[in-house]
Amino acid sequence: MVTESDPIVAETAARIFADLADPQTINRAGDERWKEPLWRALSEAGLTLAWVPENLGGAGASLNDGFAILAAAGRFAAPVPLAETLLAGWLLARAGLAAPAGAMTVAPVRPRDRILLNPDGSLNGRVSGIPFAKDSKHIAVVATDDSGTSIALVKTGDCRVSDGDNLAGDAANTVIFERAKPIASARAPAGFDPSALLLMGAAVRSVQIAGALETILSLSVRYANERVAFERPIGKFQAIQQNLARLAGEAAAALAAAGSAADTIAQAIAFDDTVLLEAASAKIRAGEAATEGAGIAHQVHGAIGFTKEHVLHRFTLRLLSWRDDFGHESYWAATLGELIARRGANNFWPLLASR
Amino acid sequence: MSTDLRFDQIRLPPECEKLRVELRAFIAEEVAAGTFAPDRPGHGDTHNPAFSKRVGAKGWIGVTWPKQYGGHERSFLERYVVTEEFRVVNAPVRLHFVADRQSGPILLKYAPEHIKQDILPRICRGELCFVIGMSEPGSGSDLFAVKTKATKVEGGWRINGTKIWTSNAHIADYMLALFRTAPATKENRRHGLTQFLVDMKSPGIAVNPIYQMTGQHDFNEVVFDDAFVPDDHVLGEIDGAWKQATSELAYERSGPERFLETFYVLAELVRALGPDPDLRSAEGLGRLVAQLHTLRRMSISVAGMLQAGKEPVVEASIVKDVGTLWEQKLPERVRDLSAFLEQQESNRVTLDEQIAFATKVAPKLTIQGGTTEILRGIIARGLGLR
Repeated sequence: MVTESDPIVAETAARIFADLADPQTINRAGDERWKEPLWRALSEAGLTLAWVPENLGGAGASLNDGFAILAAAGRFAAPVPLAETLLAGWLLARAGLAAPAGAMTVAPVRPRDRILLNPDGSLNGRVSGIPFAKDSKHIAVVATDDSGTSIALVKTGDCRVSDGDNLAGDAANTVIFERAKPIASARAPAGFDPSALLLMGAAVRSVQIAGALETILSLSVRYANERVAFERPIGKFQAIQQNLARLAGEAAAALAAAGSAADTIAQAIAFDDTVLLEAASAKIRAGEAATEGAGIAHQVHGAIGFTKEHVLHRFTLRLLSWRDDFGHESYWAATLGELIARRGANNFWPLLASR
Repeated sequence: MSTDLRFDQIRLPPECEKLRVELRAFIAEEVAAGTFAPDRPGHGDTHNPAFSKRVGAKGWIGVTWPKQYGGHERSFLERYVVTEEFRVVNAPVRLHFVADRQSGPILLKYAPEHIKQDILPRICRGELCFVIGMSEPGSGSDLFAVKTKATKVEGGWRINGTKIWTSNAHIADYMLALFRTAPATKENRRHGLTQFLVDMKSPGIAVNPIYQMTGQHDFNEVVFDDAFVPDDHVLGEIDGAWKQATSELAYERSGPERFLETFYVLAELVRALGPDPDLRSAEGLGRLVAQLHTLRRMSISVAGMLQAGKEPVVEASIVKDVGTLWEQKLPERVRDLSAFLEQQESNRVTLDEQIAFATKVAPKLTIQGGTTEILRGIIARGLGLR
């Protein structure tokens, strides 16, 4: 598999978002008519199924290419299920299942949620916080039974989907599977269990968070250079400069951690301790950066940043929401802490320095 | 000036891993021989001439420098591995560390050929200790307020004035110092400073100890009373030292020593918590590990970009800003996380001693090598705010 990313893929994604998902334009739009042309362009460019091999109906791009697409998506914080569809295609491909056309999402996305595979091949379970379930035609599912892990593709219409949304108003639904019949399913490969989807999802959300932090840094610096108070741009005040330097530090940490996790997963042959260290660290640190960074960006913007009219909330509220998907910072911190403790003090530094 | 931050993904090449294995074997031998104890940061000498010579003999000083000056022409990533492996075990590298990190590279760039031939191979052999002569009683963060004067005389310069907070001056062979050779101008307050190589054994130099709140002696006051520095010891442009400082600073700011200075308390906490910690401890430990891992990946990324000839000046300053704050808070976090540990834990005494030592060290971490406030000013300038 190709592991380096092709800059053209990321540029294509960025251009499509700039043309069809400009945050200011979307923010002013009174409806959701912008969504269809955006999705069509992403889909026609092969970006929505980037992680699906060509023989399963996708674009067969590398993992790094997909992460580059998601970094671009994060910079625009576009509220379409691109990350979820990429993940779903990736998940299905683990079990050799073809990806259908259209928007998809994945389940479960919370560490304690489980979907059970019944002996007759149907699914049972109640999973919450499923991003964009209401907007997706299909859900790619990790299910378990006594003999192991399976991957299945389910029509969203065959499940019960509750109303609900995240902080930013994007659909985030509880989905109930009641003897739901998958349209396709297969055993997951050896070594693949429900934690693999969580780890991959954690890396994906970290990459999106880093992208959105880059944007709020740039918005905040621009605002500080334009907004005049006490007869000078507020960016000339040391207090503001110190805050923006902190914001840059948080964005930098998220970028480095997310990039490292993505690159590790792109090269990994198994979801081992190194992948856990990388993906968990990325989700924890990016989540912390989202908290700190969103707070600073709002403080710098003052009252205007608190309005619906300003685009800042499009980024900050998604940053804060994304922290909850695929494992809260505290979940990953406890999991990572347990791993380090189990490995013991003498194996602590060797794990950190393994890459 | 831009808000674009860049952290290239660096995968340490195989030669780094091979080197790491050699380093760990060497460290294990030294620890077994009693040279130093990794879990006793406050004890023993932080500088050890015999140890520095053994490190030099291994080829681990001047790792990246040209072979003609005793260097080894290896990559910055290999140097990174040397630095981090020594740092996490508290190896006594103090004697040669400053020379290796910053003095040598400055000499490589600005010293005349015969001086490079003379001094650089001795640094590589671990024989020379260099110190940094920047701060003065009236010039700390505001470097351009330097007053110590270099006056032109026949064949060289006469130095008069005082440097302060000079770490290791009492054991140093040479100082790289910033002296005033002309007044600042109205147009450019950075004008008028020149960088010099000073032989610390020259007449007219007095080193007076300043004891620190940790009980250690590291700082000094260095008084120049008509000390003589020959012409060929001028480094770079006379009156124009301010132009020379910037790119080296990226190396000085972004290394693993900028977040690993209190690492021992975290390693000891892992030992104290044992294999099955409670939820609170596990979560607290996990967050610290995630933060440390992130800092290391940021720092390696900067090293890799420097190796590739890029100039990640803002990113390097960010590593020091975020890194030093982290290593400063670490003893407090470990103190909190160990609050409910049983007093009879086998390493409880060691951990308490370490926390006490790290707590006393902590205040300096965000001051040395550029304060948090100054760094953030530099970051803000890089973002286009000044």
